[in-house]
Amino acid sequence: MNGLTIILSLLVIASALGAVALRNLVHCALCLMGVFLGLAAIYLCLDAQFVGLVQILVYVGAVGILLVFAILLTRGGGAELSPFFSPSWAIGAGAAALLALIMVAAILKTDSLPAPDAGGAELPTLAQIGKRLMQEDVIVLEAMGLLLTAAAVGAIVLAMPEPPPKKEEEA
Amino acid sequence: MMDWIREFLGMLWKTVSDQPDPKAAFLPLIPEEWRSETSVLLSIAPLMMIFPALFALTTVVERKGLGRIQNRLGPNRVGPAGFLQFAADGLKTLTKEDIVPRAADQLVHFLAPLALVVPVFLTFSVLPFGRHLVPLDLESGLLFFFAIGAATELSVFMAGWASRNKYSLLGALRAVAQMVSYEIPLILSALTVVMATGTLSLPQIVDAQAAGNGEWLARWHVFTPWGFFGFALFLVAACAEANRAPFDLPEGESEIIAGYYLEYSGFKFALFFLGEYLGLFAACGLGITLFLGGWHAPLPILERWIPSYAWFFAKLAALIGLFIWVRGTLPRVRMDQLMNLAWKFMLPLALVNLLAVALWHFLPNPLARWAASSILLAGAYVGLGRALMPPSRIGKRVYRYAPQDSR
Repeated sequence: MNGLTIILSLLVIASALGAVALRNLVHCALCLMGVFLGLAAIYLCLDAQFVGLVQILVYVGAVGILLVFAILLTRGGGAELSPFFSPSWAIGAGAAALLALIMVAAILKTDSLPAPDAGGAELPTLAQIGKRLMQEDVIVLEAMGLLLTAAAVGAIVLAMPEPPPKKEEEA
Repeated sequence: MMDWIREFLGMLWKTVSDQPDPKAAFLPLIPEEWRSETSVLLSIAPLMMIFPALFALTTVVERKGLGRIQNRLGPNRVGPAGFLQFAADGLKTLTKEDIVPRAADQLVHFLAPLALVVPVFLTFSVLPFGRHLVPLDLESGLLFFFAIGAATELSVFMAGWASRNKYSLLGALRAVAQMVSYEIPLILSALTVVMATGTLSLPQIVDAQAAGNGEWLARWHVFTPWGFFGFALFLVAACAEANRAPFDLPEGESEIIAGYYLEYSGFKFALFFLGEYLGLFAACGLGITLFLGGWHAPLPILERWIPSYAWFFAKLAALIGLFIWVRGTLPRVRMDQLMNLAWKFMLPLALVNLLAVALWHFLPNPLARWAASSILLAGAYVGLGRALMPPSRIGKRVYRYAPQDSR
């Protein structure tokens, strides 16, 4: 954990707080993209090039833009939200505490990973990642592709203009 | 001090004369703790100088060229034959008042031009400009290029939304929709090269296009059927990604004034202008790297006398000239034509091109693979073009008002 990672982590946390607490939905979305970018930078710092770059490509380039479009097309970018404090905070806090408990327990139970430079272990190359994805885990990949295609087709079906009602029914 | 100057000049000479590792003799003079920072700075500084200078030159050449195409003179007042126009323009934008609308979202409005220029400069860091001129040799350089390039869509949206102007927002939505649509054919056409070479590293892709032993012609990817097709798709998609004519609907000055940078003035406007042109240069540079052999000369003999980076920049100049020519020639497309072209024509063709490159890869006989992939691609092109042609509504010409005998 060096200085750069700490700075990036603080940035990610600040953006995450902004994404939750800001009152303007578009500001929240922009903060969320700050979180995605910060996470990508942390991945790059940890020598995980592929994950970091795919994070930017998918989350900032696709998911973030989709989010922004959804905000603009539904409630309008300038729409204000409900008041900041609300009774649902209690439920949220409970769920967050439970999740934190589970995660802390899981982290404590996991053996600490060996430092990458201590053992002199080679980082996986891009070719190895590709072979793994396209050979050993190819069925999972194909299944995900099928799922995404089905979702895209479903979206198109939903967005298709409905055929005008037939004249016999009117009569 | 004399050592420093001598080694610095030596480094410049090594760069210009295309020798390996130009920084090797200069860096040891720097104190140990500053060495890596200096190395980074030495790699970045030329990029920050050359490409903005190229941008300045391009604005003049483009205005002169467009003038020539439209049968007028173009800028001819500042400097010899008007070639110092860029200096006048630069000074003008620097001294103009920076106006921010009162209703605008101040912070986002301020950040948007930076969010465009910074990623665009980052994309240059992975391009191999010459035999020994690779600022950053990433294993996944191509992925880096597209990932960083995708971040520019965010800036366009920020600019359009933060201006609180209907035209800005319309322009931003048009731009984002267009960039998202054309990113898919762009990436798929680049993917063909990855399939053929088996690497995402841009220097390795350039190496794969070098001429083999005793061959007189380089193995540029554009010389193969799939490469030619991929290059054409890549150029069209890159043109649309850069929001250039004939795909300049996001600006559309006759409909939405200037689109997403309508509310920007002074140097912020210049930054948008710079970012747009640098994005075009980066896309051209990637196209050169992927399809036009990078810094390789078409004939290997020529590489002996002409340095490698000269080939890269000559190809870049040719592509920029092509884009200026296209801008002066083609009218702007309509929104539905734009979307139909991306989703119904270019996307299927890019997918067929992937099939063609797979055929090329697996067929052993050179004649068979040329024939198979050419037939596949030509069939797809003609078939798809015919199928998408709107049914002809041209009937017999009727003269309703003209007297019958005056035909």
